[in-house]
Amino acid sequence: MRLWMLIILGIILSIISLFIGAIDISISDLLDLDSDKLQIFLVSRVPRLLAIILAGAGMSIAGLIMQSLSRNKFVSPTTAGTLDAAKLGIMVSMLFLTNVTYTQQVIFSFAFALAGTFIFMQILDRIKFKDVIFVPLIGIMYGNILSSITTFLGYEADLLQNVSSWLMGSFTLIIAGRYELLYVSIPAVILAYLYANKFTVAGMGEDFAKNLGLSYKFILNIGLVLVAIISTSVVLTVGVIPFLGLIVPNIVSLYMGDNLRKTIPHTMALGVVFLLICDIIGRVIVHPYEIPVNVTVAVIGSAIFLIMLFRGRAYAKK
Amino acid sequence: MINIKDLSKRYGKKNVVEKVSLTIQPGTITSFIGPNGAGKSTLLSMVSRLLEADTGEVLLDQNNVKKWKSDEFAKRVSILKQSNFMNVRLTVRELVSFGRYPYSKGRLTDIDEKHVDQAIDYMNLHDMEDQFIDELSGGQKQRAFIAMVIAQDTDYILLDEPLNNLDMKHSVQIMKILRKLVDELGKTVVIVLHDINFASVYSDRIVALKDGKLVKNGPTSEIINSASLREIYDMDIPVQVQNGCRICVYFNSHG
Repeated sequence: MRLWMLIILGIILSIISLFIGAIDISISDLLDLDSDKLQIFLVSRVPRLLAIILAGAGMSIAGLIMQSLSRNKFVSPTTAGTLDAAKLGIMVSMLFLTNVTYTQQVIFSFAFALAGTFIFMQILDRIKFKDVIFVPLIGIMYGNILSSITTFLGYEADLLQNVSSWLMGSFTLIIAGRYELLYVSIPAVILAYLYANKFTVAGMGEDFAKNLGLSYKFILNIGLVLVAIISTSVVLTVGVIPFLGLIVPNIVSLYMGDNLRKTIPHTMALGVVFLLICDIIGRVIVHPYEIPVNVTVAVIGSAIFLIMLFRGRAYAKK
Repeated sequence: MINIKDLSKRYGKKNVVEKVSLTIQPGTITSFIGPNGAGKSTLLSMVSRLLEADTGEVLLDQNNVKKWKSDEFAKRVSILKQSNFMNVRLTVRELVSFGRYPYSKGRLTDIDEKHVDQAIDYMNLHDMEDQFIDELSGGQKQRAFIAMVIAQDTDYILLDEPLNNLDMKHSVQIMKILRKLVDELGKTVVIVLHDINFASVYSDRIVALKDGKLVKNGPTSEIINSASLREIYDMDIPVQVQNGCRICVYFNSHG
C-alpha cells in the first residue's frame, strides 16, 4: 500500500464524515454564511472530524511506540494498563480535590498513565517467560486490576456513571470547546517522528542500543512520556478506543517492517482511515441515531485481531 | 589497546568473574573459552560496557571505558550478542545502516552509504539486501548482523557466541569472515566460543576461564595441548594435528 493512497482515502472519508449526521448539510448550505447549518458544521462536524484524525493518528502511534519499546507485537495502551491508569487518575482527582478543574484532571490522568505504563514495563522487565501472548495477557490483567480499583472508588463515592462515560469511546459529544486537549498529541507525534530512529534501535534491545552508543533508559522514558500524553488526551476527550493501537501498527509492520522512520507516516494515515471508517459506519447504520465508535472499532478490530492471532502468531513470534 | 585490570563481578554470593587481568592484543582473534558458567560472556559484557564491573577497570587506550562518551566508544568498540531472538522486521540494508548510527545519528551521509555498501559487499548480502531479517536463515541473519558491525567500523569487534544455532557450514563461513576482518582490515576480534576446535583453528590467542578466574592466556599453540585442556575442562582431551590444525578429540567412545 502506498502512502498517497491512504491519504487520498483519508481525504475522501473526511469529506463523507463532514456531510453525514442527523441534519442534512449540503455544500450550498455552507455558502450561506448566516445559516444554522453552517453553525452546526463549524461547531460539531469539523471538530468531530479533527478529533477523529487526532485520536486515530495518536492512538496508532502510541501503540507503535509501545510495541517497539516492549519488543512485543501485542502490547498497546489497552493491553498494558495505560488507559486504565489514566482513568484511575481522573477518579483520584475527583475524589481528593474538591471542585476539581479540568487542568487538574488532565495532570492527574497524565501522571497516572505515565506511572501505570512505567510499572507495566518494570513488570515486563522482571518476568522471565516473555511469550508474545503471555505478556499482553499480563498487561490486560494488570489493567483490569487498575480498572477495578477505579470502579470500587467510583462505587463508594457514587461516581459510577462518570466512570462508564469514560469507558465508552465516542465522538458523539465532541463539539468545539470539548476536544481541544487532543491538540497536545500533535507535538507528541512530531516528537515520536524525530525519535523514530532511536525507538527502532531501542526496539532491538538494550544491548543493541548500548552498542550503538544510545542511552536505552532515556529513550524508553521519552517513549513512555509520549504514550502517556497521547493516551491521556484521548481518554479525556473521546474515551477508550480499544484495538486501534494494537492492530493498526501490526498491519503496517506486516507490509512495511519495523523501521519507525518509514512506518510512522503510514501508521498515522492508516489509523485515521480505520477510525473514520468505523465512525462513519456507526453513524450510518442506525441513522439518525449513532452507535458509539468504540463499539464499531471493537467489532471490526476484534475480528482483525483474531485473524492476526491465528495467522500471525508465527510472524509475531519470529 | 584494551587492558583489563583486576575485573570482578558478583551476582548475589557468586563470583561470576574474579580478579581477571589481561591485555587484548590488537590485530588478533582472541577466543574466550571455558566450561559453562565460567564467566566468559560476563567478562565480554563488562569490556563492552553492557555490564558494569563491581571492582577493577577496563582501559581503552589508557582511559577507563566508563569515562568514554557513548558515541565515541561506539566508534571504537562494537559488541554483538546472540541475535537469534531478534523479532524486529528490518531489511538487511536498514539493519546495516544502523551500524552508522554513532556517526550519523540516523541521517546517512554519502560516506555512510559507502560504508554500508562496502559492508554488504563484504558479507555477500547484495541479493538479499531488501529482505526482512526475520525471513532469513540463521546463517544469513548472523551475516547481516556482522555486516552491521563492519559498517560500524570499530577497531574492536566483540562477539558473544556467534556460532550458536549455526550448522557447521555456516559456522566455518563466519569464522573465515572474522579471520578476513583481522587479516585484511586489521580489526581486533574478541569472541566467546563453545567449541574449542573453532577456537583452536581460527584464533591467534586463547583466554581460558574457569569459575570466573583466568586460568590460561596465551597464543593458541601454547594452550591447545592436553595438559592445559585438563586444567581448563577437567577432561583428558588428546590433541591431534591434521593439516597443520590442532584438533581436540574430546569424544570418547570408551567412556
